[in-house]
Amino acid sequence: MKSVRIGAGLGFYGDSWRPVRASIENGNVRYIASDHLAELTLAILQKDRQKDPAAGYARDVVPMLAELWPVAAKHGVKFVMNAGGLNPQGARDAVARAFHDKGWKARIATVTGDSIADRLDELKASGETLAHMDTGADIATVRDRLLFASAYLGAQPIADALARGADIVITGRVADAALSLGPIMHELAWRWDDWDRLAQGLTVGHLLECSGQASGGNFGSADEWAKTQDFLHLGYPIAEVGADGTALFMKAPGTGGRISFDTLRQQLLYEVHNPHAYYSPDVVLDMGTLKFDDLGRDQVRVTGASGAPRPETLKVVAGYHDGWMGTGIIGFSWPDAYKKCETSAEIIKGLVAERGWPVEDMHVSYIGYDALLGAHADATYRDQLNECFLRMTIRTRDRRVADGFGRLFPWLGLSGPPYAGGFKGIQGAKELLGIWPTLVRRDLIEPNVTVDVEDV
Amino acid sequence: MQVALWRIAHARSGDKADRADIGLFAYDAPTYDVLKREVTAPRIAAHFASLATGPVEVYPLDNLLALKIVLNGALQGGAARSLRMDNLGKNVAAALLRMEIEAPAHLPRLARP
Repeated sequence: MKSVRIGAGLGFYGDSWRPVRASIENGNVRYIASDHLAELTLAILQKDRQKDPAAGYARDVVPMLAELWPVAAKHGVKFVMNAGGLNPQGARDAVARAFHDKGWKARIATVTGDSIADRLDELKASGETLAHMDTGADIATVRDRLLFASAYLGAQPIADALARGADIVITGRVADAALSLGPIMHELAWRWDDWDRLAQGLTVGHLLECSGQASGGNFGSADEWAKTQDFLHLGYPIAEVGADGTALFMKAPGTGGRISFDTLRQQLLYEVHNPHAYYSPDVVLDMGTLKFDDLGRDQVRVTGASGAPRPETLKVVAGYHDGWMGTGIIGFSWPDAYKKCETSAEIIKGLVAERGWPVEDMHVSYIGYDALLGAHADATYRDQLNECFLRMTIRTRDRRVADGFGRLFPWLGLSGPPYAGGFKGIQGAKELLGIWPTLVRRDLIEPNVTVDVEDV
Repeated sequence: MQVALWRIAHARSGDKADRADIGLFAYDAPTYDVLKREVTAPRIAAHFASLATGPVEVYPLDNLLALKIVLNGALQGGAARSLRMDNLGKNVAAALLRMEIEAPAHLPRLARP
């Protein structure tokens, strides 16, 4: 029976590709599906592009391929990656230069047409409201502050690129799971209206898209996490998908981590809203019929996905400027570590009030006590902490205020409570971004999607 | 008896726009039945009263022995405009595991407190 084996690449911009090598060398994979784009990564890439028109892609694509291509070429492994961000051609050019310098050859495809930032008027004229999906708000309220707007494309252009012989497919925004569904559709040649099989392929893509999170990483639990073996050499997940859609999950022999019913179901529900209607451009997945058979020895068989027809709209996520964040941090040791942080917070609030700074929102937390758990921190030992760090953040429209906020803190070292430390420079203003999800008819986007294939 | 969820279940959380979402998983079927009965939307909403400004949704998945929980309006508008240190809501699952529910004393995998 024909099958295809896909290994997880990166799970975000900044993730490690070190474990990918084991999947290529010992995991017998045919494809690496690499996800470089979180929900608002495009905002970072937009800033890069503003400074340099040749930028705007996930820069890690170049060193990643420089390191992995020789071994991938040897084993006949192809890459599907959304590292193109806002500039897939720019990513290809950068990769092509690196390959040229090393004397390597490859066929690289780029997928474009996902960005609609320059088409908003045209789309509005075609009857799209571009209203906020959740709140219904009018896009006019943020229009002049938009930084990017990109549609999530599906697996079809990726499958097209592979059919044209691409070794490396570089896309902009696509549904994360499409990075795997594309090669599955290309290899197994399912029909594009075979909803149950598409749903099975989407499940595979979703389980692979966060790299180590399916294979023992970030296993959220009180004690089970410590049973993950050898984090240092944690292997990324690999799926072998058969012609009937049956998927066998595993990892490369000799790697650390674990693949089990538990690790896979945690990933399955990760960042999912309604599990009975998980939307993608290619199919709507119902996770309620999935069956996981834990075969032991880091192998799990996944079957039973149910699919409903693909939606007539594509999801678009836009990002807009939403003010500036100022940050200040100062630490104190025993005695009264927490109380001294609290006193310092009051002093800082007084300084802000004295200056009459336009602060829209302020957040106070105590690192070592409640900075991550918030109201769910256990107060039992609060007043006996060995040490504690005050962290204060503000949101403001005025960049200078955000820049100045951190400068209020060093003064506390000589004129505030005793035993302070932990200054590590002053953090400047950080731009805050609002997210604008909306829906656009796919027939207004897909005609603009282009697959460009080039031998480098 | 009152049991904290961390003693009987595991959980992971993430973000989508202004939603924090949590998968809560039982290790076995008897515990799953308890979760389904006790970890209700109103109970979760009360536990996260200071965090979730919108409604709480709960989707039980019998095939996964899991509850999918969605906290709307829980991330100060979204991770990239949040002032919190845990702007991505990764620790919301840990906060859920601190919730206490009424459970029978003889569940198959009850971790010691």
